[in-house]
Amino acid sequence: MTASQKIWALHLGLIAVLFAAQYVLPPYHATNLARIMVLSIFAMGYNIAFGYTGLLSLGHALFFAAGMYGMGLSLTLLGWTALPALIAGLVAGGLLAGAVGVLALRTAGVSFMIVTLMFAQAGYLALLYFGTITGGDEGFNPDRSLRMIGSLDLSADTPRYLVALGLFALALLLCLWLVRSPFGRVMVAMRENEERSRMLGYNPFAIKLITLVLSGFYAGLAGAAYGLLFGYVGATFATIQYSILPMLYVLLGGAGTVIGPFLGALAMFYLIDLASGITDAYFFVVGAALVALVLFAPKGILGALRERGVRWLP
Amino acid sequence: MAPLMVAQDLHRHFGGLRAVDGASLSLQAGEIHALIGPNGAGKTTFVGLLSGRVPVQSGRIELAGEDITHLPAHQRVKKGIAYTFQITSVFPRLTVFDNVALAVQSAGAAGLDQQVATHLSRVGLADHEAMLAGSLSYGHQRLLELAMGLALRPRVLILDEPTQGLAASEIEGFKALVNGLAPDTTVLLIEHNMDVVMDLAHRITVLNFGQVLAVGTPQDIRQNRAVQDAYLGGHDAAD
Amino acid sequence: MAAVLALTAVGLSLVFGVMRVVNVAHGEFFMLGAVLAWFVTYYLPLPPAFAWLAALIIAPLIVAGIAALADVLVLKRLHHDPEATIVATIGLLYMLQQAALTFYGPDARPVAAPFEWRIQLPWFGYSGYKLFVVLAAGLILWGVWAFMTRTKAGLVMRATQVDRDIARSFGINVDRVYAGTFAFGAALAAMAAVLIVPIQQAHYLMGHDPLLLSFIVVIIGGLGSLRGTLIAALVIGLSDGIISMFFSPTLAKIIATLLVALVLVFRPQGLFGAKA
Repeated sequence: MTASQKIWALHLGLIAVLFAAQYVLPPYHATNLARIMVLSIFAMGYNIAFGYTGLLSLGHALFFAAGMYGMGLSLTLLGWTALPALIAGLVAGGLLAGAVGVLALRTAGVSFMIVTLMFAQAGYLALLYFGTITGGDEGFNPDRSLRMIGSLDLSADTPRYLVALGLFALALLLCLWLVRSPFGRVMVAMRENEERSRMLGYNPFAIKLITLVLSGFYAGLAGAAYGLLFGYVGATFATIQYSILPMLYVLLGGAGTVIGPFLGALAMFYLIDLASGITDAYFFVVGAALVALVLFAPKGILGALRERGVRWLP
Repeated sequence: MAPLMVAQDLHRHFGGLRAVDGASLSLQAGEIHALIGPNGAGKTTFVGLLSGRVPVQSGRIELAGEDITHLPAHQRVKKGIAYTFQITSVFPRLTVFDNVALAVQSAGAAGLDQQVATHLSRVGLADHEAMLAGSLSYGHQRLLELAMGLALRPRVLILDEPTQGLAASEIEGFKALVNGLAPDTTVLLIEHNMDVVMDLAHRITVLNFGQVLAVGTPQDIRQNRAVQDAYLGGHDAAD
Repeated sequence: MAAVLALTAVGLSLVFGVMRVVNVAHGEFFMLGAVLAWFVTYYLPLPPAFAWLAALIIAPLIVAGIAALADVLVLKRLHHDPEATIVATIGLLYMLQQAALTFYGPDARPVAAPFEWRIQLPWFGYSGYKLFVVLAAGLILWGVWAFMTRTKAGLVMRATQVDRDIARSFGINVDRVYAGTFAFGAALAAMAAVLIVPIQQAHYLMGHDPLLLSFIVVIIGGLGSLRGTLIAALVIGLSDGIISMFFSPTLAKIIATLLVALVLVFRPQGLFGAKA
């Protein structure tokens, strides 16, 4: 098999396995998996910015929440149906990422981290401030009757799983195509050496802004899908914690790999799930995992695999 | 014939230091032009101004009659001014292919694979396509850097100390390569190695204290007393 | 409030200045100081004033110990790479917060003030303790300043700040300086917390606000500049109260947060920092 064939086999294979999984897994785990797939979309978006382009943002919760509220408010305030509302969420995430990017990308490194953190924090506080519309910390539950695409009831297990899988597959294949495209090569060049890339004729600001907007689209879509599929929209999803989670998934799975974010989300989700059987110290697990990752496995699962010879891994 | 690139009366001061202090330069299309001068003469700052890495404080730069004085570096690259770094600056964690491909696709060319192969074989690295650039030998990295510059298909190629750290045999190959670029590509060469300069350059500009001391053919420069005093420290450059 | 803020922020600024490291867990050191103060005053059979004094010494020491440990075990191995360190200190933040929740519980608990004394002025009464806090914080800050400028240890720290490689070649044990600085910064936060805890109760989530505020202070003052940090702390501490008189606290926070972000974008050297 050529590298290209292996890559397609791997990614289409993953989607096929996930499709089959719904018939095998008990409902509890199937719902978990649907959740993981949606969170993976979020993490994939994070990975486009962080893993490939080297933009370490601490503000992605803002884009996730923008998607979630863009979707939720379109449903409740504007009276849109689920599908346009989902797209509204996607667009909201991308637009907000663009707006933040225009400002934040004037900085780099540690300053970029703090600026994105600050913007996300301001966004979270704004959600609280406009609590009468947003529901603040308590959030709101879009009515079940609103969560329909045509006659597909998204609050039922099977359609929910299928929609999650469909969006996940779309996001995964798009990401695969992106990173293997010439633009993907430029993204990596930007991560590796910005000054050199500039002297090859690339405008760093433009490239990073495009990347951040793409990343925002992913985060927005994930937020919108999460709210739609699991019927809850709330300001907690805008807290710093939800900026950290995708970073954790990406670090664990392997930054700069296409299926790393999914692998990381899967592993982390079940790690927390298992740990919560033993202790309720959820945060401790997250914290310890973060420290352990940066210390012992900064390249994550797939990054380590790629170094050990699986060089074709995109 | 109108020159391809003209820089007029460029200034760049860093605090009290006048790195470039009213220097001018004109490049004829197709020539190999060397820029020489003692350490600290402002050569690197000067080409920084030309390539856009350092902003110009006053003066004017034109490329084929167009004012590019305040164009950002990446847009100058698109206009056809390529710069290869003094310190080798390839992407070490990318493959040799990807390094050149980045330059090829920046120039907006179709037939990516074909073009990359062409440029790599031109510098003699065709067999190394799949290797990580960081694992190449130093000399090969310099060649890769050159291939990246060529792949941008520049009108003006600025080579900043290209032979630094190369072995004698590698320098011979390099000279042949640069000689083969003219007259399609105009080359501005910053070089310490006088043999390379005297063999390659059609014209030479000598910079000292941020100002142009002399311009002329290698023959002129060799015989110029001011250059000998300021730069060559009295001993004859012909040896 | 401004005084305590300054103390916390100086700790953060010190760590950033000397080590070029942003410690996201700084607020948790503050929280730990408060929680430890509660443990000390609760379990030591001493009259409130002495128990509190004991806390003022013990809590910062323990926190400094934890910080030094974290530096040696984690940050040193990352070679204090700025971005990796942020991720690691985020992890630390979660771990400390959880530890506090597990061992201390979710309740907010008060610590008795060392003395009760109200200054009675004709038109209003003012808590003597608050005044004492301001004085004490001022004293500690002065101590820090004197330490940095007058002592050999301070000199070593400043040398390391300027260039760690040169410092190393002069025989300075940079690793020890880093661990010491990190511990010292954390101890300052803990001290600030012990001072404030008789006014505010100790709670496991209390590290969040001071963290954000100290971020604001440090950034506006110019990352790593001690004098700028101090001025900014006073301005912010005072104006925070003023802004929240006109707007709701949430709106005040939104404005403050956005302002800080914009300062970082447009004046990365801070409002008081020297132009690079």
